[in-house]
Amino acid sequence: MLTYTIRRLVLAIPTLLFISLVIFLLLELAPGDPMANVPLTVPDEVKQRMREALGLGEPVHIRYIKWVIQFFWVEPLHIINNLFGTSFAADAQRVISWQSRSPVADIIAERMPQTLWVVGMSYLIGVLIALPIGIISAYKQYSWFDQIGTFVAMVGFSVPTFFTGVLLIVIFSVNLGWFPSIYDTTHEVTDWDSFVFQLKQIVMPVSVLALYNAAQISRFMRASMLDNLNQDYVRTARAKGLKEKTVVMVHVLRNSMIPVVTVIALGVPTVFGGAIITEQVFKVNGLGQMLIISIQGNDLPMVQTLTFIFAILIVLFNLIADILYGVLDPRIRYD
Amino acid sequence: MTDTTQEPVHSSNQTGDISRSYWSDVWRQFRSHKGAMAGAIVFFGIIFATLLGPWFYNVDATFIDIRSRNQGPSFDHPFGTDQLGRDILARMMAGGQVSMAVGMTAMLISLILGTLVGVLAGYFKSLDGPLMRLTDLFLALPLLPLLLVIILLFRDPLNAAFGPEGGIFILMVSAIGITSWMQAARIVRGDVLALKEREFVLAARSIGTSRTMMIMRHILPNVLSPIMVSATLGVANAIITESALSFLGLGFPPDFPTWGRLLFDGVDYLQQYPERVIFPGVAISLVVLSVNYMGDGLRDALDPRIRGR
Amino acid sequence: MPWLASEIPTVGNGGVSEDLTTITWNITPGIVWSDGSAFTSADVKFTYDYCTHPEGGCAQLTKFEGVSSVDTPDDLTVVVTFEGPTPNPYGPFVGGESPIIQKAQFEGCIGADASTCTEQNFGPIGTGPFVVTEFRTNDVIQMVANENYRDPNKPAFASVTFKGGGDATAAGRSVMETGEFDYAWNLQLAPDVIAGMAEGGLGTPVAGFGPLMERLMLNNTNPDPARGDMRSVKDDPAGGSEHPFLGDPAVYKALSMAIDRPLLVEIGYGQAGNTGCSWVPAPDAYASPIDNCEVQDIAGANAMLDAAGYMDTNGDGVRETPDGVPMSILYQTSTNAVRQDFQALIKQWWSEIGVETELRNIDASVFFGGDAGSPDTFQKFFADVEMYANTFNGTDPQAYLGNGLCNKAPRPDTQWQGENISRFCMAEYDAMHAQLTQTADIAERQRIGRELNAMMVENGGLIPLVHRGRVSAHANSLGGIVLNVWDSELWNVADWYRIDG
Repeated sequence: MLTYTIRRLVLAIPTLLFISLVIFLLLELAPGDPMANVPLTVPDEVKQRMREALGLGEPVHIRYIKWVIQFFWVEPLHIINNLFGTSFAADAQRVISWQSRSPVADIIAERMPQTLWVVGMSYLIGVLIALPIGIISAYKQYSWFDQIGTFVAMVGFSVPTFFTGVLLIVIFSVNLGWFPSIYDTTHEVTDWDSFVFQLKQIVMPVSVLALYNAAQISRFMRASMLDNLNQDYVRTARAKGLKEKTVVMVHVLRNSMIPVVTVIALGVPTVFGGAIITEQVFKVNGLGQMLIISIQGNDLPMVQTLTFIFAILIVLFNLIADILYGVLDPRIRYD
Repeated sequence: MTDTTQEPVHSSNQTGDISRSYWSDVWRQFRSHKGAMAGAIVFFGIIFATLLGPWFYNVDATFIDIRSRNQGPSFDHPFGTDQLGRDILARMMAGGQVSMAVGMTAMLISLILGTLVGVLAGYFKSLDGPLMRLTDLFLALPLLPLLLVIILLFRDPLNAAFGPEGGIFILMVSAIGITSWMQAARIVRGDVLALKEREFVLAARSIGTSRTMMIMRHILPNVLSPIMVSATLGVANAIITESALSFLGLGFPPDFPTWGRLLFDGVDYLQQYPERVIFPGVAISLVVLSVNYMGDGLRDALDPRIRGR
Repeated sequence: MPWLASEIPTVGNGGVSEDLTTITWNITPGIVWSDGSAFTSADVKFTYDYCTHPEGGCAQLTKFEGVSSVDTPDDLTVVVTFEGPTPNPYGPFVGGESPIIQKAQFEGCIGADASTCTEQNFGPIGTGPFVVTEFRTNDVIQMVANENYRDPNKPAFASVTFKGGGDATAAGRSVMETGEFDYAWNLQLAPDVIAGMAEGGLGTPVAGFGPLMERLMLNNTNPDPARGDMRSVKDDPAGGSEHPFLGDPAVYKALSMAIDRPLLVEIGYGQAGNTGCSWVPAPDAYASPIDNCEVQDIAGANAMLDAAGYMDTNGDGVRETPDGVPMSILYQTSTNAVRQDFQALIKQWWSEIGVETELRNIDASVFFGGDAGSPDTFQKFFADVEMYANTFNGTDPQAYLGNGLCNKAPRPDTQWQGENISRFCMAEYDAMHAQLTQTADIAERQRIGRELNAMMVENGGLIPLVHRGRVSAHANSLGGIVLNVWDSELWNVADWYRIDG
């Protein structure tokens, strides 16, 4: 397993480079123009000069190589500088956003906290409520608990967040006035009161997203448990006189985890991708909103960097899932 | 499911008959599943309502009667009218045809792709690496630019070949299909990896079962339940994605009603005219719920251990 | 209203030279930057150098078009010299879109270095009532009162927070229904949605009108896909570049007559719109409204098409041209709820006069992007009709009227760049516009402007639809707001105050 992990990690480097090239070419091919948001009153000659100032005049391969150097060399050095107070490559050109002319890494760092608070928290809560719901639903298949769980999960998944979010705002912000409808990104948690405020402002976006995540994961959990509850080994375990709790929670659960682990691992990178619609609705202004604004504004360095970080996480978490398969079911061998 | 009716139904009356075929057994089990039957009735009910409804309720979904805009439900307009005075019932029926067609087709495409990739990667070790790296690549691609490129490259040729509406339909379902198969592929692969080490697979292999037979007979039926869950979630996903794409101008023309679009347009009027969001929202949820229950029933019906009970 | 200058220079007070080639600004003594240093003419000169640097890529470059030099005889005097007589010299350094930056702060950022000056860009030193303390890209700007502001009694607020992101619905809701914010602008929402929000009772919507005009551009060239590379290109040497029917006055007049403009306003903009009858709707002196534009006349439009020989010969409900081409129109616009409602309405009206319409909406970032590789940009205009809004800055429409000049048409050899979207081309128009650039007398300029304005609409360049205003909403507790459409809405933010109670 260790050699497998090392081999996969080494293989990940060319894979990621290839992915970054495909993303770059894709963005290059996509229609759009960083000047689309500039007012129509600015004449075309001026726009052309602004494009050249962004470096758009250079050929594609030069720009790609520049980005690779900036991303893999200059930006890590800057992180080291920030951590240890050194000053490597302080003058080198960093990855600069075309929209704001500010380093992409700074903007991402600025937006990480609210994304982790809202999207990360909702994912965590979603997983934590999905697993027990899935297990109980399967164990007591077609009970009232299962039926309600199915109904809520299906409605939660099929009604889009742009609707549930607005509905919550209308009920709890406009009519009842309990929670703020606009997320304050500058809020800092320093004491109990500010912590309560923070909780208040994340309640609505977190519940919208958690419902959506939980709906999906609980369905997979339930289906997988059902598959395993009728297996021969369960009967054997019961016949051996094992306690029902041990049978279900140890033997069945362990064998049912493979699809669930897959789904959860696929979901973790999306946490860092943010939640585009929910962030828009509650004005959380996290990474998801940044990504959509950058795509709409054709801010290629920003889109490229965000997507690539996303790609790294996908490769990493899929590797983790593959390793977990081996832990959950030792018969799975890759070597 | 249409295959199931090929078998003579009367054979199911003679319980205990040894000559019962596999599919009539499945059908019998499916029918005894209350949830599945209810789901099937609702599902086909909605299909009939959207297809046959316009024959009985003959109102043009795009006709604007500006004087009767923003009306609540009445005898003339059973579901009311929208902000331009278009009849919402007519729009729901017209939109239902498109949303159902897009939802089901796109779901099937992504499911078939996902299952194929997942089974191949899980079963054949040599394919695992390349196929899973391909999956990683597709997961990493940013959706919106990808769709923009697909539409840029294929819209005009498809429109020329299939007409504007046919072309857009093919474009939409394939775009949604090829951008949403990855989850199913990863899940199926994970299950297949574990399955192929199970005793019954080893046993089947030892008696010389061919690879195709092995996959069709032993592997696929056992990964059916996660596939069914993916199918259910896939329908909802496709219907919503379609509306988002059309809203961005990447899909159907703006006056072309679909459920997702009606829902999207209605959100601004949530406080004044809540029924405009409720109708399409309920319709989408009903379709997803009915597909879910049918999937449950089908899975139970295909599982010999449950069928025996 | 002069803010930094002691008075507005004119020919009368000698601030503008008799031959209209120079303008002299006298800076009010005693103005200081927010860091306490004195505001001098050197800063003004530096701003000019900064923006006109060839590698800088400055969006305000047009403000300095025609400027040959900026001189500073002393610390408080700035002389701007133009290349030729400039009847309207109030471009450079005037208005919210032509700011002056501090030399000391931006000195290291000139030219290609501009992109490295994040810190300076995010925390500019100015002379205004508030100073930036925190800038989060596309999210939040926080400001505190400027201690060095020229009027010690202002501003009335100690700090300001700007919040970006989200959509117009949410912004309006936060001001008028939940009261979390005090001011929201650019609320382009259906009027009944705004009215519903105003019932929340915490805020009030306000509207102001500039020259922003929602219009239908008519393609004067042939966008038929079969024309390949010469699609939507004018003057094809091989011929056939004229539109099969949109060039006929009977057709574009009939299309215009079939539109019920007051209804469009009511549906789409409410108090934030007026019927649009003129290409340049404001200032009034330049407006030249078309006749009877407030009245929809379907019967008249039908009669006009019948008389011109457009008949439905095959009984499918769609007229054909005398040459047998069906009158089928591809109508595109950017994605926006109000525009899609307009499309649906206009499609129906045109169907009543026997014109078939196919609708298409395109994401704004593609539609307004100048990407020559995309077939969906508004400049390529691969459609028969397209709808969008355009306007001009300031009060003089000379440059804007230039959008009707023949040589400004987008075409392959300009990489599809150019402001003459409808490819309108008339020798008389070009001649008259040339005359405008030479005229200084204000009344004469207005007369020529009106004529150009009418010529464009009369000859099938475009169909004006709605004269749009800006809609903003402010909390009822906020006072001192004067909506000024010719500049930033925050132009008098120093005068805003909190109404007690």
